[in-house]
Amino acid sequence: MVIGNAFAQESTLDPAATAWILVSTAFVFLMVIGLAFFYGGLVRRKNALNTMMMSFVSLGVVGLTWSLLGYSFAYDVGNWFVGGFKFAFLNHVGLTGDGVPAILDLAFQGAFAIITAALISGAVVERMRFSAFMLFIALWSLVIYGPLAHWVWGGGFLSTLGAIDFAGGTVVHINAGVAALVLALMIGKRRDYGKKAMLPHQVPFTLLGAGLLWFGWFGFNGGSAYAADGIASLALANTLLAPAATIVIWAIIDLFRVGKVTAVGLATAVIVGLVAITPAAGVVSPLAAIIIGLIATFPSYAFITWRGNSSLDDSLDVFGAHGLGGISGALLTGVFVSTAWGGEVSGSFNQFIIQLVAVGVAIVFSALGTFIIARIVGLFVPLRAEEKPEEQGLDVPMHGEEAYGDGEGALLIPISTSTKAAQVATGNLENQS
Amino acid sequence: MKLITAVIRKERLNYVLTELFENGIHGITVTQVQGHGGETEKVETYRGLTVKMGLTEKIRLDIGVTEPFVDKTVDVILQTARTGDVGDGKIFVLPVEKVYRIRTGEEDAEAVTPVLN
Repeated sequence: MVIGNAFAQESTLDPAATAWILVSTAFVFLMVIGLAFFYGGLVRRKNALNTMMMSFVSLGVVGLTWSLLGYSFAYDVGNWFVGGFKFAFLNHVGLTGDGVPAILDLAFQGAFAIITAALISGAVVERMRFSAFMLFIALWSLVIYGPLAHWVWGGGFLSTLGAIDFAGGTVVHINAGVAALVLALMIGKRRDYGKKAMLPHQVPFTLLGAGLLWFGWFGFNGGSAYAADGIASLALANTLLAPAATIVIWAIIDLFRVGKVTAVGLATAVIVGLVAITPAAGVVSPLAAIIIGLIATFPSYAFITWRGNSSLDDSLDVFGAHGLGGISGALLTGVFVSTAWGGEVSGSFNQFIIQLVAVGVAIVFSALGTFIIARIVGLFVPLRAEEKPEEQGLDVPMHGEEAYGDGEGALLIPISTSTKAAQVATGNLENQS
Repeated sequence: MKLITAVIRKERLNYVLTELFENGIHGITVTQVQGHGGETEKVETYRGLTVKMGLTEKIRLDIGVTEPFVDKTVDVILQTARTGDVGDGKIFVLPVEKVYRIRTGEEDAEAVTPVLN
């Protein structure tokens, strides 16, 4: 990824690039809504709102942390580890920039930070306390996402090393996947996990979500070219081709294993293909994109199949899809990167090793950082919901609403007494959110 | 023959069903119902509107059984549906005058699924 403007002294705006990044920003924003539907459909009815709210609240929480501090940590020059405070509180983020206006770069990159934090929620649905999740992503987006983005994109040590991450395979997907795994292990499995089947309550939501994610991903990868040119076109085409390959391979494996092509499987395949092509989108040939999609299917499929019968409750397979898909994509980028297709180097063993080092560093940093942040959050708010709300479903205890109530049988509480009545009637539930 | 009608918590259905099946009780009708059983009202808020939900979603089970299965069925439901809080539900045991199995025309004890071996 080319850094749009962060270090520009004078304005050299590219109108075409600016127009495309304006659109791409809205595309990436829509991915968060897509993710809410993707995850929301996969949980049980009684947790539908809570699950979707985790994505939606990220729009607010990370939208602010990123704008006020995270952007500066990622894109100010700073040192090898983290950026400085030059852009803190939106200072020096204005209408001018190198290629695109700085304020647009902040918004575009902000959408990336938001979706990354929202992705983590899939591992802890149906049991994490909502307020703990809000606090967690606030800290995580600043302390983990900001520095990692700096290492890879902001001039930090992984970019110096030569690691290639076109649109965020490492920063977004490996990062979110590993954080999700660690958080799921720390919070523990759902009380019903392994005792009864917990099935998706609305598979059409999941298909809708996967489709919206794919749609948004054209901006995620295409916009990461930071130009309206051939590279952006290549990234967009590759974003079409890799998931196409993943869908076909996933369906064939499904056919041989169970004799049926499943809808939830296909939706998952779309995500795996998108994740795998993310680091490579603007630096590999379209044929290589198809091969990356093909190869990346296998580790994710195998892991997700194993995980469902294990005691590891990464509930919506964030690690299997984003973590492993991201690792496959990052490593294969080192193999298939091509100077003929926009890469600065061509695939080599050396580049593969550089990619491997970057992956390893990201895994260790994300895992350790997530562990520490979750411990800190746990000092203030218990990470986990209590047993009763978990059994009842988190929608009513945490949000005071239900997803599919029919609106009948509700009695009005007069406004003057409503607050008091709410406190009395909720009783032991009032401290659950 | 008796008709056992039970109203239980939604989230307990899986546990009740699993245990009923393990005890050979297979003929069950499940209905989603709403009711009020004296439990604490849920208070919900939609924008500025705070409401007390007077009705709670419940599951109703209807199970036709022969006499030897009545106690077993009731015991299973009592154990698996109980959480100890208000709102666990009720079990009604009613006499049944006549039962027909539509597929075969069998009557009474032959028409009820838990067959005594």
